Parts: sequence; C-alpha cells; structure tokens
Amino acid sequence: MKHNDMLAMILAGGRGSRLHDLTNKVAKPAVSYGGKYKIIDFPISNCANSGIDVVGVLTQYESVILNSYVAAGRRWGLDAKDSGVYVLPPREKADANLDVYRGTADAISQNIDFIDTFNPEYLLVLSGDHIYKMNYDKMLAHHKENNADATIAVIEVPMKEASRFGIMNTDEEGQIVEFEEKPPQPKSNLASMGIYIFSWKLLRKMLIADMKDSESNHDFGKDIIPALLNDGRKLMAYKFKGYWKDVGTIDSLWEANMDLLDKNSALDLGDSSWKIYTEDTNALPQYIGAEAEISRAFITQGCVIDGQVKNSVLFTGAKVATGAKVIDSVLMPGAVVEEGATVVRALVADGIRIGAGAKVGDANSENIELVAKRVKGEE
Amino acid sequence: MSKALGIINFAGNHINVRGLQFYRPVGAISFLGRYRVIDFPISNFSNSGIENIHVYVRRKPRSLAEHLGTGRHYNINSKRGRLHLLFAEEGMESLYSNDISAYIDNIEVIESASSEYVIIAPSCMVFKQDFNALLNQHIESGADITLLYHSTEEAREKFLTCHTLELNKQRGVVGISPNRGNKKSRYIFMDTYVMKRDLFINLIKNAHKSSSLYTLMDSVNLACQEMDVRAVAHRGFFASITDFKGYYDANLDLIDYKAANSLFDDDWPIYTRTNDSCPTQYFEGANVKASIVSNGCLIEGTIENSVLGRGCVIKKGAVIKNCVILPDVVVGEDTVLENIVVDKHVRITKVKEVKGTPENPGYVKRGDAL
Repeated sequence: MKHNDMLAMILAGGRGSRLHDLTNKVAKPAVSYGGKYKIIDFPISNCANSGIDVVGVLTQYESVILNSYVAAGRRWGLDAKDSGVYVLPPREKADANLDVYRGTADAISQNIDFIDTFNPEYLLVLSGDHIYKMNYDKMLAHHKENNADATIAVIEVPMKEASRFGIMNTDEEGQIVEFEEKPPQPKSNLASMGIYIFSWKLLRKMLIADMKDSESNHDFGKDIIPALLNDGRKLMAYKFKGYWKDVGTIDSLWEANMDLLDKNSALDLGDSSWKIYTEDTNALPQYIGAEAEISRAFITQGCVIDGQVKNSVLFTGAKVATGAKVIDSVLMPGAVVEEGATVVRALVADGIRIGAGAKVGDANSENIELVAKRVKGEE
Repeated sequence: MSKALGIINFAGNHINVRGLQFYRPVGAISFLGRYRVIDFPISNFSNSGIENIHVYVRRKPRSLAEHLGTGRHYNINSKRGRLHLLFAEEGMESLYSNDISAYIDNIEVIESASSEYVIIAPSCMVFKQDFNALLNQHIESGADITLLYHSTEEAREKFLTCHTLELNKQRGVVGISPNRGNKKSRYIFMDTYVMKRDLFINLIKNAHKSSSLYTLMDSVNLACQEMDVRAVAHRGFFASITDFKGYYDANLDLIDYKAANSLFDDDWPIYTRTNDSCPTQYFEGANVKASIVSNGCLIEGTIENSVLGRGCVIKKGAVIKNCVILPDVVVGEDTVLENIVVDKHVRITKVKEVKGTPENPGYVKRGDAL
C-alpha cells in the first residue's frame, strides 16, 4: 500500500441466480465474458492498474473455482512483496462462530481483523460482478480534495430507468443529500455503481455498531449509507463517464458481449494503457478454415472456425465446424457447433456441444436462448 | 528431478535467416503469430520434466532476455528449476565465436551442475519431442552419444542449411555432413544430442584444445570413429528455421490444421509469454480464409493463406495473401501484399502493392513505414 494507502475489498459472494444454469457451479463473478475474460477480471485489473496493491475478495456462493482463480494474484501483477489478492470466504474465529456473510456490510465487518493488519487510511469497496474500466486512484483524489467521509461512484442513467437503481440526490457541489433505493418517483438520474471509498477509521466504527444492531440488514445501501447521512457525514458523489454494465440476466450478459462488436466499442478492451488481465491459456492462435465466413465478430485464441460466424462473440476454444452457422450469438469457452448446425440469438454455455444439423435459438425471439445442455444432432 | 540438464544452443555461423535475424537471435523470432521459435525447445524440456535449462545467447540479447524473463511462464518450478541465460564472450564478428567457445566461457556452470546427463537442443528448430523418452532410449541402448534426426524426401529443396547423418544399418552414426541438396532422401540432423555430462565436458575441452574453429558438431563427427554414436528418428512436424525460406514455409505449412495437430497437443502445451491482448475484432466486410490469426487484431480486409501476428490492423480493402505478418503491423486501405514476410511494427499505408513469389518471398524490415 505504498502508493495510495487504500485497500480494496471486492464483494464476490453473490450467486446471480437470474443467470440460471450459468451460475449452477460458479458464482457470478466467475462467469466468462468478452471472449477470454471472467467478470471479476475487471475490478481486479482496475485495482492493479490504479496502483492498489492489496485486494481482498469476499466469496461465499460456490466459491471453489472463484477462490483458486483469484488466488493467483500473479495474473494481475499483484504478486510483489506487500501485495496480493486474498480470498476471504466466511471463517470460524476464536471469538465468533462460523457464520455466513449476512449482507454486503457484514462481509466487511467479519474481516475487520484482516483489514486492520494492513492499517489502511482508506477502504475501497467494490462489486465483483460489474463490467467497466475505472481509475480508482482518481476517485480517491476526489475523495481527498473534498475532505469526504465517504465517496460513492455514480453514473447517469436514463431518467425512465432510474427507478431500477439506487439513486443519489446531490447538491450543486456533488454532495449527497439523500439516497433512495429504487425510488418510484426518482428525483435524479445518478445511480450508485456500488463503488465506495470510505475513510477506514470511520467505517470501522459504523460497522461495529451495525453488527450489534438486530434490526439491520447489514447492507451498505440499506443501512450504512443512510446511517452516515443521518449522522450528518460528508458523502460525495463521484461521477463516472464511460461503459458500465451489471450483467444480471442472460439477456444483459448477451448484450454486454454484443457491445464489443461495435467499431468504437465504448469498453475498448484493446487500450494498452488500461489492459484487463486474465488467466493465460496455452491455446493455439485462431485457426480459420478455407471455407470460413466471418463478419462482425469478436474471436479469441483457441477457436477453430470452418463455418459461418456473424455478429457473434466466441470464447477460448470454441469451434464452429464446416457448414455450421453462428449468428447473433455467444459461444462460451469450449462450446462446439458441429457440422451444419445453426445457432441464432443464443448463448451456448461452457463446453456445450450442438450436434450436427441441429438448430437452436430463433431470430425473432424476445429473449436470448440459454443452451446449457448438450443438443443432439441428426442421426 | 530429471537426470538431465537441458542446453539450448544458439544458431551457428552457417545459419542465416535473412533480414529477421539482423534484429534478434533466431530463437527470439516471432513464429506462428503468438510464439517465438525458442518456445518450442523450452516447452519440450519443461514438459519432459527437465527443469534446469541453460539457454546460450551470443548476440542481441534484449528481445530474448525480455521474452524468457524468469522462465515462470514455461511452467518451470520456481524453486527447484531454473532457466539460466548464459552469454558468449566472443563477439558475433569473430570467426572463433562458436558454441564450443561459449561452453568454455561458461564451463564452471556446466561443471557445477548436478545432472548426470545433458541434452542439447537447438534454438532454431520447431518440433515436439519428449526428451525424457529420448534420454531413456539413450540409457537403455548403452550408446555414448544419441543424436536425433528427421527423415525427409525433400532434402533437395529443403533443409539446405541443415546437416545430414550418415547411418549404418544398425542406426549407428557414421558421420555428419552438410546437406548439399544433391539427394532427395536424407536423414536431417536435428542438432539434438544426448550424452553424459562428463563426456560433454571432455568433448568441449578437447575441441577447444584442438582448434578454435571446432564446433560441437565437428567434435561429435570425429567421435563417430571411436565412440558408439547412435541415431533416433523423430516423427511428426519438423521445421528448421535456419534460412529465410525455411521460416516462411514453416509458418505457411502450419496453416493446415492437420499439420498443426502433429505439432501441437493438448497434453504437450507450448508455453509462451502472454501479452494480455484482447480478442481479435472482425468487422463487417472482413474476409478471412485459411489463415492463422492472433489476438488483438482489428480486421476489415481480406486475408488468405496467411499468418497474422498479435495486434495487427488490416484496413478496409487490404488484401493479404500467402504472407507472414509479425506483431503490431498496420496494413492500410486497399494495400495488396502477396508472398511477403512483414517484420514487427511496420506500417504500410502509402505503398499500394508489395509482392514476392512463393519461391522467393519478400521481406519488409522491422519498423519500416511504406
């Protein structure tokens, strides 16, 4: 923490049950995105690129894969001395029983001892399941300039959608005067991104009080932020401009992948000054066959393409055989579309095979079809 | 712990990969988009459980040192294993700068190694080989030295900068001589040796005493007369990156997925340094066929029978046929490239056509702006 005296805690315990079969075996932050990434690569890479050396990842739901994945801090360059990624599932302690994380704030409360060992001045709290690129160091500078007790990153959303978000009402200086969770009649369109910077001493005090409060949900949005406002603390909004997506559903995960096909994609994964780091695979480069047709696609190494790919995102090791068509779709790692099969407006889960000649998805469907089981081909 | 020390030799004085070699040692030349040539011998050692590896460097060490780093990406145990860069003291220009003089410069490191055997492999050949199996074969045979070779029917046109083995009926090596291209069937020597470390040290010291021009190959050739030198055949894909045409052909040959499958194997990964590039984006109008494409590219044009390195930009209307494009190259609108090797960081935006022939491919040098 030599650089900015700030420690990051990433909340990665949620299941993301609206992603259905994709999160049967893994937590939402471990879901694949953008050809070669996992969602949690984004907040961790953002931390690494922002000069944050110590990152705690709070895991709970189906955490085996996520735990081993994030423990390899070397992937993100977080492996120097005094630096690291720490996996923090709930644990039994000498003075407390083993208990699940009861809420976002409780997950931090149960790790006060961990945070204290680093004695940070500031604590950054993040969600492990959002896709965006952000320099938290700039947000910290904003926090300091304003002598804030807490700073919350906000993004402008269309007014008609504002009632789906936690909305921050601010004064002219950007100080938060009111917080409303999913207001039916929103007064502003500044949605909380679930990214908080706290002065650690103050938050620590609040968390200890919150733990004892039997009425509390132990949640940042529901309990901690309102309590800080009630106390008359200075909470600042930090306006973020850029790509930000919470991929809560199959449709939104599909959409977020499709966003990468635009010519000047707002997320710009090719920006070498802010790389998103991920697991290194030993896959071959992309093999494009003599009869392949590829148009508007985002394809990564390990893919073998002999058929047609249009408006689609293909993840590591996906294969499209001769005569097969993949249109407006997402093929997750290792998905295989056999000869003559057609995939339209679908999201094919990891390692799933679409048999020869089979057809999945529908060009006119309202929702994206999730294919999470093997589809048999024509005999 | 393996019984063998792995040694990766640098390209000898008879080797010349025109153009490309000017900027880096052959081992550091980009291969098949995302690899460097030296990834193959190092991965072979690592996958064979040989984790003490000496890499010899004679000239222009920067790109090689950068690429190899600590060797962690080669899956070498970071405590018990080691990837060791060793430098030749003689400059490149000296006639006496050969492998023996480099071994003599570093003889202490070779003498202090604890392994009973050494396996010496070249930095400039591409193949898959289980060195542990080769070592066991060597030990069981009782031979003094075992050499690896690849049998070919194309020795007239290919492998002209390689050496050939003359074998007797028992696969004993009678002699090693340059491939003069006068016979189509040849046993191409893969510059790979297995022997006891003590014997290796003796050969080096004797060669050094006899003549400063002697190479390890010369010493082994002489040793054939009094020692038991045997040969083992290699099967699968083999390419020698010892001349420009060999480099070009090896890249294009591997576009065939079947050929690639005789080199790459899920159980025998070829490791390389990651660049953390994002996937490649294909735009509307892109037309890519029979090609190998690396990550981080932006493609709007036409690519046929070519290898595209990491982070290349191929603009609208550009046509690339039978080319090997190294990383970070920009090909501008409506530019036509045929039978060309384009080195790293080149921008071709003003010139509208650069063509070579399949027999005599062209070369655009590193960092050029055409």
